[in-house]
Amino acid sequence: MTAPSFRASGRIRTVRIGGTPADGGSRGEAVEVGGETCLPFHRFEGEMPLRPVVAWEIPDSTPVDWCETLREPYAGVFDDPVAWARFAVERGARLLCLDLRGAAADKGNRSAAESADLLRRLLGAVKVPLIVKGPGPGERQNEVLTACAEAAQGERLLLASAVEEEYKTLVAAGVAFGHAVTAETPIDVNLCKQLNILMTDLHFPPDSIVIDPLTGGLGYGLEYTYSVMERIRLQALGGDEMLQMPFICFVGAESWKVKEVKVPEEREPSWGDRARRGVLWEITTAVSLLHAGAAVLVMRHPAAIAAVEKAIDGLMEGTEPQRAQRTLRMG
Amino acid sequence: MKLTGLQIFKLLPNTNCRECGFQTCLAFAMKLAARQVSLDACPHASDEAREKLGAAAAPPIRLVKIGGGEREVAVGEELVLFRHEKTFYRKTAVAAQVDDRMAPEALLARVREASSFSVERAGETLRLDLIAVKETAGDAARFAAAVRAAREACTLPLILVSRDPGCLRAGIEAAAGSRPLLWGAGDGNAGEAIALAKEFSVPLVVEGSGVEETARLAASAVEAGVHDLVLSPAAGGAAARLRDFTLLRRHALARSLPGAGFPLIMAAGGDGYDGAVAAAAGICKYASIVVLENPEPWQYLPLLTLRQNIYTDPQKPLQVEPGVYPIGDAGEGSPLLVTTNFSLTYFMVSTEIEASEIPSKLLIIDAEGQSVLTAWAAGKFNAEIIARAVTDRDLEKSVPHRRIIIPGYVAMLSGDLEDKLPGWNVMVGPQESADIPSYMKDVWAKAAS
Ligand code: B12
Ligand code: SF4
Repeated sequence: MTAPSFRASGRIRTVRIGGTPADGGSRGEAVEVGGETCLPFHRFEGEMPLRPVVAWEIPDSTPVDWCETLREPYAGVFDDPVAWARFAVERGARLLCLDLRGAAADKGNRSAAESADLLRRLLGAVKVPLIVKGPGPGERQNEVLTACAEAAQGERLLLASAVEEEYKTLVAAGVAFGHAVTAETPIDVNLCKQLNILMTDLHFPPDSIVIDPLTGGLGYGLEYTYSVMERIRLQALGGDEMLQMPFICFVGAESWKVKEVKVPEEREPSWGDRARRGVLWEITTAVSLLHAGAAVLVMRHPAAIAAVEKAIDGLMEGTEPQRAQRTLRMG
Repeated sequence: MKLTGLQIFKLLPNTNCRECGFQTCLAFAMKLAARQVSLDACPHASDEAREKLGAAAAPPIRLVKIGGGEREVAVGEELVLFRHEKTFYRKTAVAAQVDDRMAPEALLARVREASSFSVERAGETLRLDLIAVKETAGDAARFAAAVRAAREACTLPLILVSRDPGCLRAGIEAAAGSRPLLWGAGDGNAGEAIALAKEFSVPLVVEGSGVEETARLAASAVEAGVHDLVLSPAAGGAAARLRDFTLLRRHALARSLPGAGFPLIMAAGGDGYDGAVAAAAGICKYASIVVLENPEPWQYLPLLTLRQNIYTDPQKPLQVEPGVYPIGDAGEGSPLLVTTNFSLTYFMVSTEIEASEIPSKLLIIDAEGQSVLTAWAAGKFNAEIIARAVTDRDLEKSVPHRRIIIPGYVAMLSGDLEDKLPGWNVMVGPQESADIPSYMKDVWAKAAS
C-alpha cells in the first residue's frame, strides 16, 4: 500500500548569495539556497535541490561577551576579523556572516565608513559570499548597511535585517546595489507575510528575500519558532507566494547566551562537561531548526558547525523517491 | 477510522427496545458517533458491532507501556503530524544503553549516572526514562548478569536488546516481573521472539528493513496475539530514517497500512556528537523511544530540553499563579523582585534568587504566561500593571523599605513606575537572571545597608 504523501503546489524560491566576476563581483562561487517542493529533507516525495548552508559568524570586534568555551577555538584570531574569516574558510566555510556589532553606540560606536572599510578588507581576504548583519534596526543600522551595500556593489551580499518599522532604506540599498535582504519578524506567520508584501510592493525582488523568523534558542522559545516555521513552510508549499522564501536562523547568538552553556561542571556535576554541553546546545538548536525548514544557519562554535554540516550531509543522502498517490491536507 | 452515525446504526439490532435509554437505535447510534455514550449501554449489541466499534475507537497509534510502578513508560497515542495542529502527547522516552561487554563497575556507573540524572526545568523534572541492555557476545549467562546488574542499580524499566532467542529468554528471566521491552523480532528470529513476548506478556520491538516489511511483521505478531508492539524500520542513515518514520506515522494516522499503528523506536549511535544529533532528529520527527548507544552526561540536558520544547503545547504557555512568592525565609527587610507568570521565566528567576541565598519576595504579575519582553511588547507588563499589583496587594505594608527590583530588560519602565508608585524606589536588576546572585551581593546589599 502506498503511504499518504505530501504534494506541494508551490516551490520555495531560490535565493542566490554572492556575486561572481560574471555579476560584477569577486566571489569565487555563489551560494544558493531554497528551491524545495517538499518538507525539509523529504526528498522521497519532492525536490530539495539545494543543501542548507552554515554561515560562520565573524564579529567585527572582539566579542567580549562570548563565554570561555566559545572563545577557546578562536584564541589566535579573536581580535582580528580578517584573520578570523581566513580561519573559517580554511576550515571549510562556504559562507560568512560579518556581525557589525561594533557599530552600536554602546559597543564601540564605529562609523559607517569604518564598517564599510572592514567589509572591503574581508572581501579582499576571502572569496566566499557574505552576510552582513547590522547592529539592530534603526538609524545607525541603516547608515552602516547602506555604506556596506555601496562598498560591495556586485558582491550580492545578504543584508540583515529589515523589520516592519524600518525596511525601506534597506530595500532601497538592496535594489540600488543588487543585494539580498533578510526580513525579520517576531515568530508570527502573518507578520512575516506582511513584511514580505511590504518589501515586494517596493519592487524588491521576492527571490532576494530571506525570512528571519527570529528564533529563540533551545529551551528559550525554540518551541514557538519551530512551529511557526513549520506553519510558514506548509503555507508556502501550499501555494502562498508571499511566504515562499528560504529561512535564516541566527542559531549561534541565541544558543550561546543561555545559562545552560555557561554553568561549570563544578557547580552542577550532573550536567556533565561544560564545553561539550555548550556545543551540543548549539547543535541541538540547529538540528531542530533544520527539520523545521532552515536554509541558512548562522553559527559560532567550529565543533558545532562540523557536526551540523555532517548532519546535513546525512539528511541529504539519496533516498528513493516514492510515487505519490494520496494527497495530504495541508496547513 | 471514525464511523458515522448511520454506519453504527447498521451494526445495531434496530429493535428500538429503548433499554439504552433512547427512543430508537438510530438516536443511540448518533450519540455513539458523537462519543457521548458508550456501546455498553445497549445490552443487545452483537459481538461484531463491539469489535468494529472498538477498533474504530482505538487510537491510531497504540499506547504501549513498558515497566511498571512509578517509572512506567507509556508511549504512542499520537494524533497529529505537526505539533501546531494539536500537540504531541507522549514524550519521546530516552534510554541510555549499556552492554554485556562492559566491566561491571563501568556498567553500574553508567546506569547510576543515567538513572539519577534529574533537573527541574520550568515546572518539569527532566529525567531519562529507560535503560537498554544490549547483548553482544551470544552468551546468555553473561547477558542475564548484565540485566540483573542494571536492574539492581535502578528502578527504570529496561529494554533488552538481542536477536538471540536464548539470550532474550535469559534476559527476561533476569528481569522477571518488570515488563521489559524486547528488541526484538526481525528477520530470522521473528517467530521465536514473538512467542517469547507472548509467553511472558511483554512488549516487543519488531524490526524489518523498511516500512512495508516492518508493518507486515507487526501485523503477523498481532495475529499471533502480541499487541504491544514498537516498530523499528531499521533503515540506513538519517535520510532513510526520516523517510520511514514519516511514512509510518502517516500510515498510522490514516490507518492505511495494517501493522503501522505502533510507536517507533530508534538507536542513536555514533561517536562524538553524532549520537546526540541523531537523537535530536528523532525527538523532532516521530521517534517514541530513542536509545542513546553512547550516552554521556553532557548530552542529557540539551536532549531533554529539546524534548520538553517539542512536547510543550505551543498554544498554551506554561504559567504559574500570580502572587507574592516568598523565597527562603523572607521577612520585612527582604528584597522584592518582580517578574511575569511565564513558568520558564519564574523558574529561571526563582532558581537564581535561591542561589543568591538571600531570602526574597518575588511578585509575579499576570502577563498571560508571557516572557518579560514578550509581555512588555504586548502591553501586559508595564508600569501601570506593576503599580496596580503592588497597591492591590498592599505591599507598602509588607515591604516597608519600599524598594522594588525590576528586570534589566525593562529598564525603560523605571521612571514611569516611580511616578506611579510615589514613595517607592525602583531598582533596575540585571538583564540575565544568571547575574542575580552577584547583583544581590553587590547592589542590593549596599542599598539595603
Ligand atoms: C518565544 C517568544 C514569543 C512567544 C511567546 C513566548 C512566551 N510565553 O512569552 C510568542 C511567539 C507568542 C511571541 C509573541 C510576541 N513577541 Co516574542 N519573543 C519570543 C522570544 C523568541 C523568546 C522569549 C522567551 O521565552 N524568553 C525566555 C524568558 C525566560 O526570558 P525572560 O522572561 O525575559 O526572562 C529572562 C530575563 O528577563 C531575566 N528576568 C526575568 N524576570 C526577571 C526579574 C528580575 C528582577 C531580574 C533581575 C531579571 C529577570 O531572567 C530570565 C533569564 O535571563 C523573544 C526573543 C528572544 N530570543 O529572546 C521574542 C521577543 C520577546 N518577542 C517580541 C515581540 C515584539 C513579540 C510580539 C509583540 C510580536 C507581535 N507583534 O505579535 C508578540 C507579543 C505577544 C502578543 N501579541 O500577545 C520581541 C520584543 C521586542 C522588544 N524589545 O520589545 C522579542 C525580543 C523578539 C525581537 N527581538 O523582536 N514571542
Ligand atoms: S438498547 Fe440497543 S437495541 Fe435497544 S434501542 Fe437501544 S440501541 Fe437499540
